[in-house]
Amino acid sequence: MSEKLYLYPIWLRLWHGLNALFFLTLLVTGISMQYSDIDFPLVRFDLAVTGHNIAGVGITLSYFLFLTGNLFSSNGRQYRIKIRSLFPDLFAQGRYYLIGIFSKQIPPFPVTIKSKFNPLQRVSYISAMYIMFPVVAITGWALLFPETIARQAFGFSGTLLTALLHIVMGFFMSIFMIVHVYMCTVGKTPLSNFKSMINGYHEAH
Amino acid sequence: MKKVLSLILFISLTSWCFSQNNTGTGNHEANSHCLDCHGQKVYGYVNPDDGNSVRKLMPVDFRVDSVLFYTGAHHTFKCVDCHVPEYDSFPHPNQLRFEPMYACLDCHGGDETYAKYHFETIDEQFRKSVHSPETLSGFTCWNCHDPHSFRINQRTGETIANTIAYDNAVCMKCHFETGSEKMLLLANEKLKPMSVSHDWLPNQELHFKQVRCIECHAAMHDSLLIAHMVTSADSAVRQCKECHSRNSMLLSSWYRFQNIENRSKNGFVNGILLNEAYVIGASRNEILNILSLVLFGLTLGGILVHALFRLKINKRKSHE
Repeated sequence: MSEKLYLYPIWLRLWHGLNALFFLTLLVTGISMQYSDIDFPLVRFDLAVTGHNIAGVGITLSYFLFLTGNLFSSNGRQYRIKIRSLFPDLFAQGRYYLIGIFSKQIPPFPVTIKSKFNPLQRVSYISAMYIMFPVVAITGWALLFPETIARQAFGFSGTLLTALLHIVMGFFMSIFMIVHVYMCTVGKTPLSNFKSMINGYHEAH
Repeated sequence: MKKVLSLILFISLTSWCFSQNNTGTGNHEANSHCLDCHGQKVYGYVNPDDGNSVRKLMPVDFRVDSVLFYTGAHHTFKCVDCHVPEYDSFPHPNQLRFEPMYACLDCHGGDETYAKYHFETIDEQFRKSVHSPETLSGFTCWNCHDPHSFRINQRTGETIANTIAYDNAVCMKCHFETGSEKMLLLANEKLKPMSVSHDWLPNQELHFKQVRCIECHAAMHDSLLIAHMVTSADSAVRQCKECHSRNSMLLSSWYRFQNIENRSKNGFVNGILLNEAYVIGASRNEILNILSLVLFGLTLGGILVHALFRLKINKRKSHE
């Protein structure tokens, strides 16, 4: 019988579920608009634009739930990086994912209640939630209120540059999500981490 | 207690109704004295000297279309808000002909209520334009924006097509065919017919219907939705690619315009959520498309290789 740790409180699971729903909608509608082809539309163009707008507003609201939860619970501490040992820690975790995992080595940073993320997760989650998400959300809202965007910047249309930044950040967020979903299969069993996000309990290796 | 609450509610509702009546259409009665003559093509009076009834044509420049006035931006005004009360007497005293007219900034300048409309910037841009009073003596805001009828379509939920037609009609009042009378008031210049001056432009009719004159004939400004720095004909947009390209100048103005129009028509929430405006030019960036596909491909490839190795090793371990 493996050890079970209660890592994911109800508000966090609720936010995570909402975030996943909105993110998937944004991903599908975003890809549909980006590579849209009149003969083979993934989602009908007008529906894709409207769906993207609705999910964009939704994910912003759920982001405030995430920020509030992190502000008033101990979960916020999980996003603190130990700067001094950052690079050796990242190297150790990277080495585990690339080599150690195949020889069934013990993870260098086992999951505990105090530290549920390994250094690589911390850096990627901070980048996604505190850098990439704010950029993609601010540019997205700016495109909903285009009168707030400068008309010209560096000789280009401000709207074009804002849209490009939004799209580029959207790509990085999408890549983050693909990798995130795959890395969740690296648990005790391929599905155990997904179950954790439903019942709140993490199963240790 | 219930009675007191009902009384408060009754008083509030009654005073609200009265306050509503005092704005806009509430000035009908006060203005009707002026519009009885100035709202008609023909006006009449009784000559006090001989007692004869006289009928005369109201000169076009002194005529006020009451329908346009009460649907215009200044519909809440009384005539005497801008004109001196001495107009009350008839015949009007001669010296009133020289009554100075208010300019936009006299009411709208330096007032926080109107700050969001950037009247000062509009004035600044106007003074740099070919319409500047230094270039065209006597040119004022009123030449384009008749205070008795001017409408701001973006705030009234008008369709884009109607807004374009309305805005272009403002230019056409003077810039219409050879020697428009209004144009002659400002300059002795004879204008070429539009079809001739724009003979280089493909699909002329379509362009005139779909694009506002100012998109090509005015320099844009960051804080103004409607450009007011009208440039000389030589500086107007003539290159197709300036509009028909990814870094299109129209991307800014039209995307903004569509969004704002959508919000005013469908309300704040629906205008944002159900807005179908989209920056197509940006998403059609081929380099970005290729780069993103390569990046997605590499990510998925890496994941696939990693997953296959995991599977293989798991199988080997389970055999052992």
